[in-house]
Formats: sequence, structure tokens, C-alpha cells
Amino acid sequence: MKFTRDWLFDHLKTDRSLEDILEALPMLGLEVESVVDRAAALVAFRVAEVLSAEPHSNANKLRVCMVSLGSGDPLQVVCGAPNARAGMKGVFAPVGTYVPGIDLNLKAGEIRGEVSNGMLCSEREMQLSDHHDGIIDLPADTPVGVSFAPYMGLDDPIIEIAITPNRADCLGVRGVARDLAAAGYGTLKHLDTTPCEGEFDSPVRWSLDLDGQDHLCPSITGIAFDNVDNTASPSWMARRLTAVGQRPISALVDITNYVMIDLGRPLHAYDIDKINGDKLCIRLAKDGEKFSGLNEKTYALTSDMLIIGDKDGVDDLAGVMGGERTSVSADTKRMFLEIAIFDPISVATTGRKLNLHSDARYRFERGLDATAPQLMAGHIARLVTSICGGKCSRPVQAGAGADWQRRIALSPKKLQQLTGIELSAERQQQILELLGFIVVPVGVDWLVTPPSWRGDIDGSADLVEEIARIHGFNHLPVTALPRAQAVSQPVVNAAQLRPLRLRRALAERGLMEAVTFSFLAPKEAGLFGGGDASLTLVNPISAELSVMRPSALPNLLRAAVRNQDRGEADSAMFEVGPIFLGVNPADQRTACAGMRHGHTAPRDWHNQRRVVDVFDAKADAEAALNVLGVRRTSLVVDAPAPNYFHPGRSGVLMQGRTKLASFGELHPNIAAHFGLRDAVVGFELYLDDVPLAKSKGSARSLLKMSAFQSVHRDFAFVLDSDINASDLLRAVKSAAGPLLSDIRLFDVYQGKGVAFGTKSLAITITLTPQKATLTDDEIDTISSAVVARAGKTCGATLRG
Amino acid sequence: MQGHDAQSLESLSDEILQFVDAAITLDDLEVVRVNALGKKGQISLLMRKLGGMDGDTRKFAGQALNTVKDRVVLALETKQSALAQVALNEKLATESIDVTLPSRPDSDARLHPLSRAIEEVLAIFAEMGFRVAEGPDIESDYYNFTALNIPPEHPARQEHDTFYLPTDATGHRKVLRTHTSPVQIRTMEANDPPIRIIVPGRTYRSDHDSTHSPMFHQCEGLVIGDGIHMGHLKGCLIDFCRAFFGIEDLPVRFRPSYFPFTEPSAEVDIGCTRVGGGLKIGAGDDWLEILGSGMVNPRVLANCGYDPEKYQGFAFGMGIERIAMLKYGIPDLRTFYDSDLRWMRHYGFLPFDAPSIHAGLAGGAG
Repeated sequence: MKFTRDWLFDHLKTDRSLEDILEALPMLGLEVESVVDRAAALVAFRVAEVLSAEPHSNANKLRVCMVSLGSGDPLQVVCGAPNARAGMKGVFAPVGTYVPGIDLNLKAGEIRGEVSNGMLCSEREMQLSDHHDGIIDLPADTPVGVSFAPYMGLDDPIIEIAITPNRADCLGVRGVARDLAAAGYGTLKHLDTTPCEGEFDSPVRWSLDLDGQDHLCPSITGIAFDNVDNTASPSWMARRLTAVGQRPISALVDITNYVMIDLGRPLHAYDIDKINGDKLCIRLAKDGEKFSGLNEKTYALTSDMLIIGDKDGVDDLAGVMGGERTSVSADTKRMFLEIAIFDPISVATTGRKLNLHSDARYRFERGLDATAPQLMAGHIARLVTSICGGKCSRPVQAGAGADWQRRIALSPKKLQQLTGIELSAERQQQILELLGFIVVPVGVDWLVTPPSWRGDIDGSADLVEEIARIHGFNHLPVTALPRAQAVSQPVVNAAQLRPLRLRRALAERGLMEAVTFSFLAPKEAGLFGGGDASLTLVNPISAELSVMRPSALPNLLRAAVRNQDRGEADSAMFEVGPIFLGVNPADQRTACAGMRHGHTAPRDWHNQRRVVDVFDAKADAEAALNVLGVRRTSLVVDAPAPNYFHPGRSGVLMQGRTKLASFGELHPNIAAHFGLRDAVVGFELYLDDVPLAKSKGSARSLLKMSAFQSVHRDFAFVLDSDINASDLLRAVKSAAGPLLSDIRLFDVYQGKGVAFGTKSLAITITLTPQKATLTDDEIDTISSAVVARAGKTCGATLRG
Repeated sequence: MQGHDAQSLESLSDEILQFVDAAITLDDLEVVRVNALGKKGQISLLMRKLGGMDGDTRKFAGQALNTVKDRVVLALETKQSALAQVALNEKLATESIDVTLPSRPDSDARLHPLSRAIEEVLAIFAEMGFRVAEGPDIESDYYNFTALNIPPEHPARQEHDTFYLPTDATGHRKVLRTHTSPVQIRTMEANDPPIRIIVPGRTYRSDHDSTHSPMFHQCEGLVIGDGIHMGHLKGCLIDFCRAFFGIEDLPVRFRPSYFPFTEPSAEVDIGCTRVGGGLKIGAGDDWLEILGSGMVNPRVLANCGYDPEKYQGFAFGMGIERIAMLKYGIPDLRTFYDSDLRWMRHYGFLPFDAPSIHAGLAGGAG
């Protein structure tokens, strides 16, 4: 919402400065977005008279002008404008002036041998408009020497404020003035609402044809004007409209725009001579009916859209936009003016369906002053006749009248209860009344009727807000929240704590934490088992961000490619975040995914870096599960992992029958799709699938440390290549029995000395006795049992 | 008996000590030790002769001999230690390497500033008795809008730039939640007052430019309880802003605003200074909007089955990216989701560096 300072002061009588008002506005809920003082940039520009304009001896298109500023010697200026002529009044910028339109500081100089001491300016050079046909040609009676900007009314700063959706009343300058007046920043000036004294009967009347849906147009007024002169609007009006970004067109059109901004009241003007018949019908459109708007576009309407039409069809898309066919033009002599209330939901729905935005729609859908069709008609009619001449008809009206009056019970105590502000009942009542509310005491409480322009006021909380807002939110007390306990409790529960710990653990392992979008490209969703139509956005930002992700891995891989393209091929990243298996809340899972690409470390003279492999991903997955309370020893690797992993270099970590995590080298097709050039591995787990560790209190189990020496035994087994290492480890573990305190596989060998199709696995076990040092016999017995079990279950033999 | 008179013992002692003194290597010293104390060493031989003596003679001779032996042993040990040190020093001199060479590379992994900011927020609200609540990212129209007093044609709805999922067989279409406020409704539906929740989470709006991301993070707060009024809202949010930004005298301003689900509503500004494109948080000549808040609208309470005559409370919401950008000096919103390793190394946080009230929220360097 834009207006100028002087426009505001048309409604607000005040001796407060603009600075005071600009500080007050945001504290009333009217956020100031910008203040532009056009005059500030044009201080040096003055009105000058061109005394002579002679052709330049060395240039056909240039003229050498002598320019007078009223006092002092005339100055010579070389000018290229075709309209420069002796006797004209123009705008002169002396040497040293910054000219905003050409972004230049003027210097004295010579142009083709003639001295030039400044510049005669066009509107574009002063950034007043795009006009550049010639220099500004001011009226002959313009006083020479005066400062140009104030003389032209440009010293009226333009203020733009943001209006929240509830404050439709402040979509007019008068509403802003009313708020300021209520807050003590002046008084609201009187607006003459004397009814329109028409001189004749309108040749056009309304016909409500809404078939029981009369709420769509509760109130509409029309006034006919005869013998109007639709020339240019007066300069004060054109100037203000220009200032707020409305292009002046003609007096009648400008008046409708001016009233819309002045009072927040959209109007529509019809040319009576273009209306077919004597009736304008307020009805619903027919399906497929065509409408040509003032924006020169044509729309196909549907039967739920409210329109106003004559015998020839649609003339006005109610509350959204006027029609082209019956609109006013320069030669309009007879005009019919519409002042209406339409159902805001109907206006909003129509506008949204047609994707048609307008200043009128913006106001209609937020709700207008319900009494305007009756109370504003006189004021508006007088404005029209004062500018365009002619005479007006007696108003014609239709509709049962807007049902806007309601009474809200309010206790003066409510302010303190809801806001903590202490304020006398008298002052509370005064504030409400200054805002136009009617307050009727009922015992110690009140019945409050909001004014017709405050359709947003819904209940006592809204009334409290009005009082608090005008009194000032700076009066809100600062009250610390009471604490139930002196010692604060954890803000997260056991399940919510897990992502926090997981993040720390994975970052400690060298994985960088990433946060990537919840959506991705359909192709990539498909590669990771998603892409269902039910999870595809209807209105995505782009195809790349159109499907809810089935996994966090693809976005991490995409991130790795971006880093690779920036020259960092080696990357290790993880993300903890949502994935989506369906649209219902239960289908959203918290996933943790991680990936590593390239090498484990940067190049380094220690030469310890290596290419990442599946065991990096496996270790990440195990570490993640470990943080979630799953012991490594309880995990079993099973295949197959999802098909985006390499089929022979991936696995699933199971606890019992529950799949907890998958890991592996990414399938070469996946790596190729993303364009990842080096080895790439990853893992993925769903936090929700990992059972919450049962709380066992904070005390640890009692540690029993043996007083007796542990012994180590190594075994090198040869077995079929197909046998899993985990099978051998399990066999050794069970055979070693209760004294086993550690078991490690420390060598894997295939090649010379080991038969083709077999492999050698070397295992060391640690035996820790609890009661007495182990004897050689006892150790031998266990060793024999280990060898026997390895042979029986895995076909393993000791390597010779 | 020859050699056992005091004088000859003394000269033997002096002689051995001279040899000890003269030894320049450990090997030399070993020869001296063997000659004196070895099986056939001079002192050992004399010791052996003691057995042939009797009575007092043996006693005196033994004492004298032991004195000499002790003196020799001490000298040998002292010399041994000195020579060993010399030998070690010579060895060390040959072992030196260029310690200016770089050490083995360490992990440079960091936690994302968004996780960090959320944890800082949680640490502060934990102090004020809040609990984390969560809700789904894919929401029903009811929870995202209608229950929050935003009916279908409400102008506020158009301002939300909502992402929609396809209409299902029952004619309903889900949305990506445009704010974390639906969790207010879900929490009130499932719980009786009093309530103090804090809701960090992902939110979505179909807007993508330098200051808008289609996905971003919000943090919602909701307090319902006996006698909770707007002064508590003000106290709570002032406490939060000052703790989060670590500025004790940070000016905080409450400005009337509008949200369909709160009444009265307030925007919260913090003090700042803008100098040449830069922004400094703290007492200054300008204001910066960082939060939306208000008293829960009675209609919202009623929608959740609460009696608005009986219960009241406040709610607030803030953008996590925004407060993170302000606190950590991150200039561009879009970089949060780009996973650029250089950015993450620079703006990320060390994993062990958990924010807490007892250790502070400033966050260490590194």
C-alpha cells in the first residue's frame, strides 16, 4: 500500500513530523517498507527560461541556448533536444549536478567548440518517467528560478507500508489516518458523507438474478452521470497516482483508482452508451461464457463465477476486473458508476481460478466497508462532478444490505488476563471508540459493535488486540515463564536424542554432515525405489525437485558430484532426515544415510590413504547402529542389499530377523548415472527400525576382571572360497566356549601355497580364565575343539 | 696374610677406581668390572680367601674388603650410567628426522550449522521447561490450514505458496507443511494442558530465489497453561533472543502483526546496526525482524477441543536458517543445502562441541 505524506495529511490533522509518524506506523502493525523522497535527489534542478536557441554552427542536431535563471548572467548551454526553443520554460541542471537518469556528474565543457554550462533536462534524465522525446516544456506562467521539485509537488515523500491480511481497512489512506489518530498522532478529518442528491433517474438499473444466492452480492449501488467530460484528470490527482505507481489515464478512470487508494473502495465505471439495454444483471456466469477484461485478455468463465452483464454478455467480473466492451473511453459522455459489496470468497475463488490479480480483487477478498455503497456514494459523486462536470442521477440500489453488525461481549478485565497490560476501563473504551467501535456498558462489562470497515474483528481477543495495539505493545509486561523445577529436564526424549548422538558419532568418523532437500528428480527417485505418482508434487519448483525422496542417498550422491565438479573428488558425507514411503504420517521415516567417494584422505607423504571400499561403509553402518544401542556382536550380515548396491559387494545388517541397515559399494550403474568417477560406497538405516535400548538405569553392570593371565592362540584355516568368514568365526567362537574373551580375524590370503578355490583365514583367540591359570592341557583341549568345529561346520583345515 | 693388609687393599681399591675412571666405553668398563668383581676378579679372589681365616681376623678382613667392594660397585654403577647416557646420546644424534614434515591428516568433518542452531535453540528452551514435539512433513490440509483458522479462501493461504500432492481417491490432497504450526494442533489434540513444546522441523514453500528456498527449517513453540499471558510471551522470547545471540542487553521489540492462528499477534524485532552492507546484532539504530508470535487464537483452541474460556497460551515460530545466518554470519541462504565441502568446513561445527547452558552457546573455533 503506497501513499504520499500530503495524501495522508488530507485525512489526518496533525502537527507531528513525518519522522514521528514513520516511527508510529510499525508499532500500530503497519510495517513501513520504504520511504522515497524524490525531491531529495533533485535539489539542484531549477526552472529556467530559454532566452535564445540558435543552431550550432558545427552540428545539425544541436542548438546553442542562452538560459536565464531569473537572476545573474544568462548561461550558455548546448542542447540536443528537438523541442528546445526561445521563450520556453524548462528545467536546468547547473554544472556539478548529479543527473540520476544518466548517472553522471555534470561538468563544464565544450561541445563541438561551443561552451556548455549545464543541461536542460528531459523527464527520463530526472527519472520522473520514461519520456525522452524532448526536454521538459513547462507552462509559460511557471516562475523562473524556483526549485523544480517542490514547484511540481515532488517534495511529497512516498510511503509504502505492508498491510497484513486482516487490515483491509488500511488498504485506503483514510484507514491509516484513522489508526494514527486513535494512537494520538492527530485527529481524523471530517469526510462529507452527505447522500447524493441526484437530479434525474438513472437510465440503467440493477437486476439481481442470483437464484437464492443473494449473499454473493449483498449490496450494490449505481449512479449515472450525464454530460461528463472525460479529459485528463487534474494535476494534483495525476501526480499522486503517479507517485503510488498508477498511470494516469483519463479523469473517470483516475477517479476510480484514486478512490480505491484514498478510501480503499474499488469502483467500476461503465459507459452507458455502450450498455445494451437498460439493465445490468448481477448473475452467475454461464459455463464457457467469454469475458474480455480491461487488461486486454479474454477469459472463459465457469458457472460459479459472479459477473455483471447486459444483453450482450459480461461487462464486469465482479470484484476482480471490469470488462473492456462497456468501459469508459475519452469520448464517454454518460457514465454509470458501480459501488458494490461482493462475497469475498466468491471474488477470491474466481480470481484464483483465472489466475487474475488486481488491486480491486486484493481489496474485495479481504473485505470492504460494508456500508460504502450507501455512505460513500455522495462523496464519490461529488468528486466526479467536481472534476468532470455534468450531473448525477439519483442512486439505484440492489441487495438486501450487508449483514455486518454484530455485538461482542468484552470485559475490561480481559485485557489484563490476555496480555498482562493494566489499563483503565475508561482508556480502553476511548481507544475502541476512536477506532470507530461502539461500546455499550452492560453492568461492569461491555457489548462492543465493530465498525462497518472492520470485518476482521471476530471475538474478544481481537478487541483486546485493538486496545493493546493502540496503547502500545511496549506496555506489555516482561514476565519470565514460571519454572516447575529449579533443575531443568531434558528437552528430548530417548528417541529424539538418537539423531543428535548419531550426528556427532558420524561426524567424529569423518563424515561431513549435509542437509539436502526432501525432494529430488523422478529418475533418481526411481533408481532408489521411489517415484510413486502419489508422492510427486503437483506444483514443483522444477522437475529436479518434484518427487518426495525414498532415500537420502541420491541427494548425497548428487552433492558428491557437485563437489567432484568443483575439484574435490574425495568426499564423505551423511545426512539424518526424513524419507517418504507414502503420504501418511506413518510412512515418513527418519533415515540416516552416508556415503564415501574416492580416497579415505587427501594425498599425503605418509602414504596411508587408500581407495574407499565396502568395509568403510560397513564400519560406518556398524558405528551408527552402535550409537543407537545395537552391539556389533549382535549383528549378522545377510544379503541381498537393495539393488542400488553392487550385488556382490553389499549386505544387510540384521539383528535377529530385523533388517537394521544396508551397506555396500554403490552399483556401477548408479555411479555412472550420477557421473561419479571414483569408487563410491554408502550405507543407509531407518532409525525407527532400530529398537530403543531398554533403559537399565545409569548404573553399569558389575565388571569382573580376571586375576589370571589371558592366553592367545592363532589358527590359520584353509577352507572353500565360498564359505563366509562369519561362518568360520561363529564356529570358532562357539567351540572356544565361555573362556573366549576376544576373537579377531587377522589375515585373509588366497594365492600361492593355497589351493585354487580355497582361501586361508587366520584367526586369533584370547582365552581368559576366571578361576585359575590355564594349563597346557586345558588350552590344547580348547584348541582341538576349535579345529574340530571349524572342520565340521566349514570344512576348514589347519594350513600346513 | 698377603694382600689383606690395609695398605695393599687401599692401593688395590685406588687402582681399580683409576681403571673405572679411565674407561671410555661400556666395553672398557665391563673389562674393569670382570677384572675386579668377575669370578676370577681381584676382589672376588680376596673374598674367596676369607673362608680360610678364622675368628676376628676374618671379621676385620671381611669388613675391610666389603668396604672396598662397595666403593668399587658404586663407582662402576655411576660410570656405567654416565657412559650409557653418552652412548644413548650418540645413538639419538643419528636418529633425528625432519619434524617440520606435516603430520598425518586428521578428519575435517563438521556438523551442519542447522543442526547446531537447532541444538542451541533446544538448549535454551530446555531451561524454560519445554519438550520437543514433532509432526509429519506431509500434512493434511486440515492440520496445515483449517485447524489453524486459515479457511480455504483465506488470503493468508495464498501467501503460503503451498506445495501440493495429488488428490487421492477420497478427494483429499495433502500438502507439504508450510510451517511447523500443525504440530501445535497435533499436540493439543493428543494432550491436556499444561503444554510447553518446541518443534524444530523441515517446512516447504514453492519459492526459490536468493532469499527463499523451497525447503527450509522452522522452530515452533507453544505454551498453554494457567494464567499464561502475553507478558510471558514477551519474557520468554526476550530471554531466548538474548541467550541465543549471547547479548545481555540485546534490544527486543514487539510489534503488532497478524497470523490467523494467534490473536493478538506480534512480530519480534531485535536491535541491529547496518553499516555499509554489513549487519551487526545488538543495541543499534535499526531493527531486524526474526520471529512471529502471539496468543493462541480462541478458535484454534476450540478446534483442538480446548475450552477457550478456560485455557490460554502463546505460540511463536522462527526460521532456523535466518537465526543461523545472523548468529554465524552466513551470507547466503541457498548455500545451506548445497553440501559444498568448502562451505561445510568453514561454517560447520566440531562434532564434540555440543551446545549447552553450562558450557555456553558460543561454540568454539576449529
